[in-house]
Amino acid sequence: MRLKSLLPAAYILFLMLPIYWLVAMSFKTTNEILAGFSLFPQTWTLANYIEIFTDPTWYWGYINSIIYVTLNTVISVTVSLPAAYAFSRYTFVGDKHLFFWLLTNRMAPAAVFALPFFQLYSAVGLFDTHVAVALAHCLFNVPLAVWILEGFMSGVPKELDETAYVDGYSFPRFFVTIFLPAIKSGVGVAAFFCFMFSWVELLLAKTLTAVEAKPIAAVMTRTASSAGYELGLLAAAGTLTIIPGAIVIYFVRNYIAKGFALGRV
Amino acid sequence: MKTQYQRAWLFVTPVLLLVAFNALIPMMTVVNYSVQETFGDNLFFWQGLDWFEQVLRSERFHNALGRQFLFTFLILIIEVPLGVAIALAMPRKGFWVPVCLVTMALPMLIPWNVVGAMWNIFTLPDIGLLGYLMNHTLGIPYDMTQDPVAAWVTIIVMDVWHWTSLVVLLAYAGLVSIPYAYYQAAEIDAASNWAVFRYIQLPKMKTVLTIAILLRFMDSFNIYTEPFVLTGGGPGNSTTLLSIDLVKIALGQFDLGPAAAMSLIYFAITLLASWLFYTLMTKNDNKS
Repeated sequence: MRLKSLLPAAYILFLMLPIYWLVAMSFKTTNEILAGFSLFPQTWTLANYIEIFTDPTWYWGYINSIIYVTLNTVISVTVSLPAAYAFSRYTFVGDKHLFFWLLTNRMAPAAVFALPFFQLYSAVGLFDTHVAVALAHCLFNVPLAVWILEGFMSGVPKELDETAYVDGYSFPRFFVTIFLPAIKSGVGVAAFFCFMFSWVELLLAKTLTAVEAKPIAAVMTRTASSAGYELGLLAAAGTLTIIPGAIVIYFVRNYIAKGFALGRV
Repeated sequence: MKTQYQRAWLFVTPVLLLVAFNALIPMMTVVNYSVQETFGDNLFFWQGLDWFEQVLRSERFHNALGRQFLFTFLILIIEVPLGVAIALAMPRKGFWVPVCLVTMALPMLIPWNVVGAMWNIFTLPDIGLLGYLMNHTLGIPYDMTQDPVAAWVTIIVMDVWHWTSLVVLLAYAGLVSIPYAYYQAAEIDAASNWAVFRYIQLPKMKTVLTIAILLRFMDSFNIYTEPFVLTGGGPGNSTTLLSIDLVKIALGQFDLGPAAAMSLIYFAITLLASWLFYTLMTKNDNKS
């Protein structure tokens, strides 16, 4: 039994090492970083963090990212709910083809879409807005959300719907007061995945923004190239991008095991 | 049994409109570019299928595609067995379960360019933890900006670090759903560990593992940001995967025609392979 737990322990250690290094780096002074190797910060400094929290380009990067990620999660889950219900409960002409076509969009390489997206969103006047990025990320998040929610909804017996109709519930009232609570863990998991893929994506977010809605990830790439070799600052910014993800995981920790199976176990 | 109900189309209309706006219009733009030549100023000339022929014959594309297949193959062959092994060894209940789940999920929620930057800092030859350990403690020369082999090992290890948890969590979800009675029955039959794995655990994990393989295939085949930030496709072109090459052609050289043709071929390959996985998956569904 002891031997068996060695593998997960070693794996977690392997996962934590680069993260530790990033966090340690963020508390070092530039001089110390360039002077040579040190396992722990010798002179702790908060200068890197202070710079980020006082420079609007930096902290607006975070706010922009959080705005479009939240917007995307809300849009994706809202439009996916009725669609997933239709796929899980009914057959209709072209349903299987439609479902597969939706999934193909999850397979599209973002690199393929970068330039056309730029042109499309410029043409409709949404370039450099949070809405543009939120809508663009729907390309891969909506199919995923439909897929996840369909899995969870199929796990709910159809008798639930029928009983509700017999009891005289209208469809909207049934959906909101009975059905949604029955699949709330599915909604949580779908929202988690939408948040995750929107938060980590950079290529489209960077292509669709210039100043007003620039995500933190794009601010970082610019700093890395233009301001020389400010490793400490880069590390501090990187460390801060881990925090929202960590908070979200903490909230869904009880659903992770089941949720990752997308309701299909 | 599902009921036939044509008006269900109304339920899917919002999704359809949203995804169609994002998928069809850009896709048509790409198709448009792929059959035309432009010299700027919005002047376009019909080019037919020349770009497709050019891309399919170019050695550069063959090399990038070859590297891409090698990368995806290595990723799947390492991450899937490793993920299953870790899921099998994980505790099923108690204090350590949430600790494992949360720490393992963490790498997946880090923005992709931060992952690249983090590994860059981690592997710097003289001041990175890994780079220092390799060069100065173990005495193995290691510099991924100079040595193609080191660069390849680094991007593979980085992806294993980043995404093995997805396989772990999916496999784990499959494992915890197995009723205890199955194991009791196996114990009465004095089944070996291997038999328990082969006849109880593996069949129960089949659906989730197919999802895992499908997702890992799609995402590793389309990977761009992490290797781009870490190696920039170098040294030389040794780690220039398909997406990196595509962005170089499209946004770097602004060769719209060849880039568009390449996009369509790229997408077709991803689609074909994913379709194979998908049919495999639904076939499994029908059997059980």
